[in-house]
Amino acid sequence: MTLLILLSISLLSAITLAFVGDRKIATEINILGSAATFFAGVGLAVQVYMQGPMLAAGKFFFVDAFNVYLAVLTSFVSMTTAIFSRRYMRREREHGRVGHWGMRFYHAMFQLFIFAMLLALLTNNIGVLWIAMELATLSTVLLVSLYRTPTAIEAAWKYFILCGVGIALALFGTVLLYFAAERVLGEGGEALLWTNLNQVKSLLEPTVLSLAFVFLMVGYGTKVGLVPLHNWLPDAHSEGPTPISAVLSGLLLNIALYALVRCKVLVDGATGTHQAGYIMMGFGLLSILVAAFSILRQKDIKRMFAYSSIEHMGIATFAFGLGGPIATFGALLHMLVHSLTKSAIFFTVGHASQMNETQEMSKIKGLIKGNPLVGWGLMFGVMAIVGMPPFGVFVSEFLILTATIKNAPLLTPLLLVGLVVAFAALFRRVQPMVAGEIPANQQFLKVAHIPVILHMVLVLIIGLYMPNFLAEWFHTAAGLLK
Amino acid sequence: MNLAAQINSLLAALILLTAFGLLVQKRMYGLLHIFAWQGLFLSVSTAVVGYAAGTHHLYISSVLTLLLKVILLPYILHVLIQRLQIHKEIETVVNVPTTMLIGIALVIFSYHLTAPIRELSTLVTRSTLAVALATVMIGLLMMITRRHAVTQIIGFLAMENGLFFAATSATYGMPLVVELGVALDILIAAFIFGIFFFHIRTTFDSLDVKQMAKLKEED
Repeated sequence: MTLLILLSISLLSAITLAFVGDRKIATEINILGSAATFFAGVGLAVQVYMQGPMLAAGKFFFVDAFNVYLAVLTSFVSMTTAIFSRRYMRREREHGRVGHWGMRFYHAMFQLFIFAMLLALLTNNIGVLWIAMELATLSTVLLVSLYRTPTAIEAAWKYFILCGVGIALALFGTVLLYFAAERVLGEGGEALLWTNLNQVKSLLEPTVLSLAFVFLMVGYGTKVGLVPLHNWLPDAHSEGPTPISAVLSGLLLNIALYALVRCKVLVDGATGTHQAGYIMMGFGLLSILVAAFSILRQKDIKRMFAYSSIEHMGIATFAFGLGGPIATFGALLHMLVHSLTKSAIFFTVGHASQMNETQEMSKIKGLIKGNPLVGWGLMFGVMAIVGMPPFGVFVSEFLILTATIKNAPLLTPLLLVGLVVAFAALFRRVQPMVAGEIPANQQFLKVAHIPVILHMVLVLIIGLYMPNFLAEWFHTAAGLLK
Repeated sequence: MNLAAQINSLLAALILLTAFGLLVQKRMYGLLHIFAWQGLFLSVSTAVVGYAAGTHHLYISSVLTLLLKVILLPYILHVLIQRLQIHKEIETVVNVPTTMLIGIALVIFSYHLTAPIRELSTLVTRSTLAVALATVMIGLLMMITRRHAVTQIIGFLAMENGLFFAATSATYGMPLVVELGVALDILIAAFIFGIFFFHIRTTFDSLDVKQMAKLKEED
């Protein structure tokens, strides 16, 4: 019941906002809708925490520790992003970057996007999972091109085409998976249900499943932004409105990785080997290294953090590939803390580029003096994202590194090189931006305080002291993914 | 080999033929016609499989394909082409022989890749899975080699046709809820690329995607 409420709130908000349009109240409805979704998500989480995994609506939905924590995270970040976008988008509207229809479109699509992500997380049917992933792409394509500049349209077209192709290959993988499942479970919708597949995974034909995994890996890997399938990601992040960059980075990439991991569990069960894990480790490690060195070369602030997202998704993919309780725990935690930290960074980046009216890093200066929240927020955000203690990212990266040293010692130097290069590259860029005097052309800005502070405090708490229920949750989830 | 399987193989051959046709066709309306024919073959093939296997939900997806891929999408594209006044545009297709050869290599590769699955399957349609994969790959090739926004979209839709064909040939079709969902996604995609064409046109003055190359890594 809670589950259906959770899904319907965002869908209803999307429809309402499509009618409300460019009225002032639209931003408030957006926040209200996201907040209601968040509370429903917490309600669902409490229910799952008390009663364990559950099926709903005739096996159509399935909730366990793995997806419920992502559902709460998704609704939480979309709520804070809605709060952030209230001031951000209002200013963009005043400055004429977005028109009347643009605002209507922005709010309706934002809620539809949340709906698509929640559907992808909560559905039990891997076919529907695919449909929801495609819907999530489609609902954000026109948001990336919202400003209608030539570069924004180019970025959105690239996003549309590359992710369309990628997701088409994932559908082929899903067809193959269904082919194998049908031979064991018989025809009909039941054979695509993850819970049913999970029970019989050892009976599925290994050759078919390893072929299917290649297609799923390439398909969903494109959406995760793994190298060499990442070309759309920096463009889409740098050209779209900043709230959209925040939810793309913080949420959509996570959901795609979730889809991949769900499929990996089935493939591992069928093949009985570690083949799928090795493929993921390869993609993950390549992403970490390529992204770390790409960060060095960036001039655009949002592009730089987009590459940082590629790096972190690489770390999580690598850790899921590595497997074992510690690495999986680390990967789950990493998805959580990266999402919180990266969206907080994008909030401050959005304000910083509005203050200086540019996204070019060499022209952004004196943030701390100009606006302490933006300056310190960006500084602490970057400290957290590069993995400095006491923030949560340090804990997850430490766990993953420990597991690597234990299980794949030869890969440790490569992983360390990636982390260190990203660390140095980000710090080198951020220092001049936050320090220094206020440049003459800097604008005064009303900023959204709550989202940044809330996210950073949470990341700090997770770093200093992990709440018991969270640790328990991750343990259960890691157990499920064996 | 019974009759249904033979008819299905013939239709598979025709689908592959249209895929190659799309790969080298230069004219907009020509592309549209070939695409509509491909949809029609797909729809008939789905109905034949449905009849042979006695699975009635395939009739629904056959009708769905007919409506969507043969009537609605070509119609939408037709209207768009007229509105954008690009029906006279002739695209320069570079290196037709090389593209064809790569296409043939992709077909052979698809046969090789699906060989283990063919041996497992007991369905009448099993030999067509390779053709389905080849259609997907050729659609992909088309999107890489062509530079016109409308052509790229047709390539994308041809890929979708290949996927749909894969679903019927490997498994007698996905469950209905999935097929309906996929159809809905394609409809939304059609809506989006329609908007896109106009955006690209007003911003760049033409639908050639070559000029969209500003976003690069600078050194």
